[in-house]
Amino acid sequence: MYDPTVARLTYRAVLGRRRAAILFVLPGLLLLIAAAVRGFNGADDQVAADVLGGFAVATMVPLIGVIAGTGSIGPEIDDGSIVYLLAKPVKRPTIIFTKLIVAIAVTMAFSAVPTFIAGFILNGNGQQIAVAFTVAALVASIAYSALFLLLGTVSRHAVVIGLVYALVWETLFGSLVPGARTLSVQQWSLSLAEKIGGEGLIGSDVGLPTAVALLAGVTVAATWYAGQKLRVLKLAGEE
Amino acid sequence: MTTISIDNTSRWFGNVVAVNDVTMTIGPGVTGLLGPNGAGKSTLINMMGGFLAPSGGTVTLDGATIWRNESVYRQIGVVPEREAMYDFLTGREFVVANAELHGLGAKEAQKALATVEMEYAQDRKISTYSKGMRQRVKMASALVHEPSVLLLDEPFNGMDPRQRMQLMDLLRRMGAEGRTVLFSSHILEEVEQLASHIEVIVAGRHAASGDFRRIRRLMTDRPHRYLVRSSDDRALAAALIADPSTAGIEVDRAEGALRIQAVDFGRFTELLPKVAREHSIRLLTVSPSDESLESVFSYLVAA
Repeated sequence: MYDPTVARLTYRAVLGRRRAAILFVLPGLLLLIAAAVRGFNGADDQVAADVLGGFAVATMVPLIGVIAGTGSIGPEIDDGSIVYLLAKPVKRPTIIFTKLIVAIAVTMAFSAVPTFIAGFILNGNGQQIAVAFTVAALVASIAYSALFLLLGTVSRHAVVIGLVYALVWETLFGSLVPGARTLSVQQWSLSLAEKIGGEGLIGSDVGLPTAVALLAGVTVAATWYAGQKLRVLKLAGEE
Repeated sequence: MTTISIDNTSRWFGNVVAVNDVTMTIGPGVTGLLGPNGAGKSTLINMMGGFLAPSGGTVTLDGATIWRNESVYRQIGVVPEREAMYDFLTGREFVVANAELHGLGAKEAQKALATVEMEYAQDRKISTYSKGMRQRVKMASALVHEPSVLLLDEPFNGMDPRQRMQLMDLLRRMGAEGRTVLFSSHILEEVEQLASHIEVIVAGRHAASGDFRRIRRLMTDRPHRYLVRSSDDRALAAALIADPSTAGIEVDRAEGALRIQAVDFGRFTELLPKVAREHSIRLLTVSPSDESLESVFSYLVAA
């Protein structure tokens, strides 16, 4: 199911592009904000939860998910170089699964790790805030990677659609329209954080069983569908 | 012996028919797929390579359906027309990755790089390669598992004459070894130099098939039209019409030129300057008026 050669090519493609700069900028910004807040405000559990919830999980994780998820397959389909993977006796779902693993690893490394560090800077993991949001970032990384990998497989405008989803749906609608929150990876992942973090500091609109079922369901369905789409991917764009 | 069979195959994109009810068999040896740009050559090659589903009919490799069948790539090597590769890799890294995807390793990759004579630049990034070098590394990536079928889409595009000769030698060698080599081209001379067998595609239809000499004859024996301007058009016309190589001459007064229809191409091209010299007529313009590839092919379709 996992092909090390496909993984190597994907890592280099994702981390070697100019877009990858965002992978370093966003975590850097989070750590900067965390240090500034701690410096001016001192350690405060609620402030720590607000910063990690408002910036790390609501904005940074989905954005990094977009970059890593779409970036691990979209550009190859766009420029046609994926033909070198497809013209091999390698099962197409194997290609998708491997790329998913890479996207998850990159998203986790660039979102969950800085979230954990930022949590420690903000309040030294008081009330388990750092751990709670790190767990949220980890599970969200999995679901976002699967969703955005699928998006990269089916659309040439994956990055734009991904950004719209991440910023408009997750951030704006998610906070304004109650119903939209049920269909939000962010809320699902926060539902896990809610159970770990101190009482009343983290809130989610989705119950834990629903959240876990939806996270798993979306990840599996998106990955399966991306594998099917790759099997029938047409490469004749020119004529 | 590996054979690709295309049976009553069509492919359309929306309302546009790119390949129209084509039936052909590509067997061992070098086959040239000839046709003007936009004739459907790439669509056909993409169907043979398993990158496009036929809208109708079947495309098979020794009886096995190619579409949605990854196992055919153990036997097929593909050299795509598009330039895009993994530019951030070196040539060697790229070919090694291709070998690994076939379950092979660095040894096979090195052999393929040697075959295309790219060892000298194998440690440079692909982004620094010229078009010809890219083409050769693409070749190496397709040869790494020693496929019995090699599909090449416009492989000579952008190559200089020396690289072209090298690639032709290589493909000839592969054909002689009994591999099935199919390449597409819109240039007759290219196909003629390399392929013993030609399939001609015009406007999505299978226009001709067979030995290149027969097709060449069909192409050159057609009436050739020329537009000629000279110091004395009427004297020239009178002298030319006396020779059987000329079938008709029209004095186009609006253009101030002769429109000549020649039936024996070789003889006419020798006759024209000779007649002009004998009658002390200066030739000002001699231009073929239907030499575009499309008109050559359309003649072939009618034949």
